[in-house]
Amino acid sequence: MILCALRRVLARLKSELAIGVAAALTCSLVPAQAEEPVLNLYSARHYATDEALYSNFTRATGIRINRVDADDAGILARLKAEGSASAADVILLVDAARLWKGEVDQLFAPVKSSELEKAVPPHLRSQARPEGSLWFGLSTRARLIVYDKQKIQRTDVDSYEKLADPRLTGRLCVRSGSHPYNLSLFGAMMEHLGPAATETWLKGLVANMARSPKGGDTDQIKGVASGECGVALVNSYYLARILRSNTPEDKAIAERIGVVFPNQATTGTHMNIAGGAVARHAKHPENALKFLKYLVSAQAQTYFADGNNEWPVVKGLKLNNPALQAMGGANFKSEQLPVSVVGMNQVRVQQMLDRVGFR
Amino acid sequence: MRLFSGFRGLLTLLLVWPVLMVLAAWSQWDASSAQVLQALSQTVLPDYLWSSLLLCLGVGLGVISMGSVSAAAVSLFDFPGRKTLEWALLLPLAMPAYVVAYAYTDFLQYSGPLQTQLRQAFGWQGALWPDVRSLWGAAAVLSFSLYPYLYLLTRTALTERAPQLMEAARLLGLGLMQRILRVALPLARPAIAAGVALALMETLADFGVSSYFGVQTFTAGIYKSWLVMDNRWAAAQLSTVLLVLVGLMLWLEFRAQSRLRFVNARLRARTHESQPLPLQSWPALLALFLCLMPILLGFVAPLLIMLHALWQNSQTQAMPWPSFMDWTWNSLRLGGITALLAVACALLFAYGARVQPSRWRLLSAQLMGLGYAVPGVVIVVGLLWPVSWLQTHWPQSQAGYWLTATILGLVWAYLVRFIAVALQSVQSGYSRISTTTDETARLLGTHGWALFSRVHWPLLSRATAAALLLVWVDVMKELPATLVLRPFNTDTLAVVAYQLARDERLGEAALPSMALVLVGLLPVLLLSRALRQPR
Repeated sequence: MILCALRRVLARLKSELAIGVAAALTCSLVPAQAEEPVLNLYSARHYATDEALYSNFTRATGIRINRVDADDAGILARLKAEGSASAADVILLVDAARLWKGEVDQLFAPVKSSELEKAVPPHLRSQARPEGSLWFGLSTRARLIVYDKQKIQRTDVDSYEKLADPRLTGRLCVRSGSHPYNLSLFGAMMEHLGPAATETWLKGLVANMARSPKGGDTDQIKGVASGECGVALVNSYYLARILRSNTPEDKAIAERIGVVFPNQATTGTHMNIAGGAVARHAKHPENALKFLKYLVSAQAQTYFADGNNEWPVVKGLKLNNPALQAMGGANFKSEQLPVSVVGMNQVRVQQMLDRVGFR
Repeated sequence: MRLFSGFRGLLTLLLVWPVLMVLAAWSQWDASSAQVLQALSQTVLPDYLWSSLLLCLGVGLGVISMGSVSAAAVSLFDFPGRKTLEWALLLPLAMPAYVVAYAYTDFLQYSGPLQTQLRQAFGWQGALWPDVRSLWGAAAVLSFSLYPYLYLLTRTALTERAPQLMEAARLLGLGLMQRILRVALPLARPAIAAGVALALMETLADFGVSSYFGVQTFTAGIYKSWLVMDNRWAAAQLSTVLLVLVGLMLWLEFRAQSRLRFVNARLRARTHESQPLPLQSWPALLALFLCLMPILLGFVAPLLIMLHALWQNSQTQAMPWPSFMDWTWNSLRLGGITALLAVACALLFAYGARVQPSRWRLLSAQLMGLGYAVPGVVIVVGLLWPVSWLQTHWPQSQAGYWLTATILGLVWAYLVRFIAVALQSVQSGYSRISTTTDETARLLGTHGWALFSRVHWPLLSRATAAALLLVWVDVMKELPATLVLRPFNTDTLAVVAYQLARDERLGEAALPSMALVLVGLLPVLLLSRALRQPR
């Protein structure tokens, strides 16, 4: 009886497969044209809240969005394999190093648009070429320092460099050094300090760790609030989420911790970006450009800030995000390095981490 | 017949292709991958190897103790609750290891609810117990979610023949311990070996749990070379080391199995006289306890923790029910399609190896088995490389399109990864059918397809059902290949759970995770009942 039911389910699945193959055949033989306008999106933005962003675009333009969400490396590998057969029109990635990598691997098409160039500051997009830019930063996140107000003086942790100070021995919590957020910060530090001093600094960080690197940024914040760690390196985006939360646990965390925008007196706080590009073999390049332009529109940019706790790249917008404002709004000094340098330094940084035993 | 073997050859090639590509990675040896590998081997590689070995040791001990003890308890003895435990022991199978990891970490860590409340209540200071996020924590979590493989295979082996042999041994005057050691254990050994091999291969390929726990395994090194160093050749070259390890394991297991051919020709000899031994008072309690522990720790506790997270989350946010149905359907569909194909392939290969065992067939079965231990990402690399070559040199073929715009690429990757599971199960089924059965059938004029459909198939149906179930559930839990190769707008429960967990929204990840568990339960329950029905 049960086996019978199972057989029926299996038979249905079998016909599903047959239909799938038949549909695929027809699709590849008959090029999809003159249907409703579509945009094929590969996105490494993994935020459930982005749904509203996409549906707003579809409402405004009538262009339907087909989407695959994956991680940055997976998207790049997939693009490479698909080559000219790729269906992707727009690619969204969440790390400067990956955007740089896509540029080097020639996966993007140059875009010349005064609207985009006006909206995105030069250090937050690819180096301009005569035929245009290859990718554009769309929003930024800061790498911040969070500390336990009961145990640590703010002045002891107001720069990235001070985190390696022996005074903080056994106090520092940080996620794996190989995570893009950390690789990006360390790559920028290498640009500021030079390789030798960066390696010494990383050694200092390892010596100060309260526990071996594990968990995500939220875990580091909780670690500080629970007293397990004294100070931690965290991404602004996760911090803002806790600061905005209404649950009693999160309110207690927000109460206990202090937040520092590091290096205000020197190089500025390190920023990473989420950005977008038009795919080199885009089948709907006009729609792709429309979408990128939509993402730098005031509506989308405020959405990045208010909906997803990121800082917009477009200046002069009025933010309505209490957490970002509580952290200092947009009034802090941010690093002005071209973000692509972190991509170039990545391999050397990882080998440095392996040498100093930073997991 | 020639057409048939041609087809089989082509299929073999398709299934071992990505694994061969991994081996072929050495042809891409250049200065940059040499530099990456040299730097790794001078710094972190020895540690990676060491922690991988320790992890395997921990998981091996864990799955053997939980899986074989519980399988022996429910198939050799009778005690209150046995019938329920028989299928309940399969429940953790539906629980992806990474979900168990999320649940336990959040609950047990220093800043988690349990420690915080204990500290508040009793005024204690500091960490109250060692961190779950450690090598031994990872071994425990992986053991909980992997022991059902061993349990399922061992139980199948034992229920089919052990009771009557145990009965015979008892009549011949052997004590209980002697009967277990000299009758049940040898009967179960091929199944235990197969189960351990599956569990260890899964452990070696695991990235989800060990990366979340910050355990630096060999696989972590592979991911690092690929994702951070951006050198997929170095990653593939490192994977060959993994392949050698697994090859060694498979060979040992193969030898163990080939020395053990305890086959009972009269499979249907189970009668009322040979029932499992009834247990009373404390031995019954002990058996109950031993069987309940893995279920409680591997299923009930993580489920309760997640339910709590889900409940908390539902207070603040609306649940995305409509898209939820899509995710579920996609998971079920991909799992079902792959499971059917995998079982069909496994039967094809196992039958071939049975009727015409040749060196080549044995070797290709072993090679296919390797896919299971290769981290999903490496399979993706092995799969994408030739396709991108084809796409570049013959753009009209639209090879790149076929791979990702349809489910073909994804199902291919699943098959490469999970054919081993189906093969192991079917082959261990075959190993319990005496070769004299085949000879008798042949003497009576039954050959080819009839031999398979009238003799083997009825005897293999349980092993086939087990294979179907294992692959189905495995596919639904699979992540790396699903993430990269799926067509547009086909999110699965595993993908959504992962994306939310990656975004550190464990509360929201609880809903798809729970659904993954519940949906995974469907095939588990369906098939475990089918397994129980007397033939």
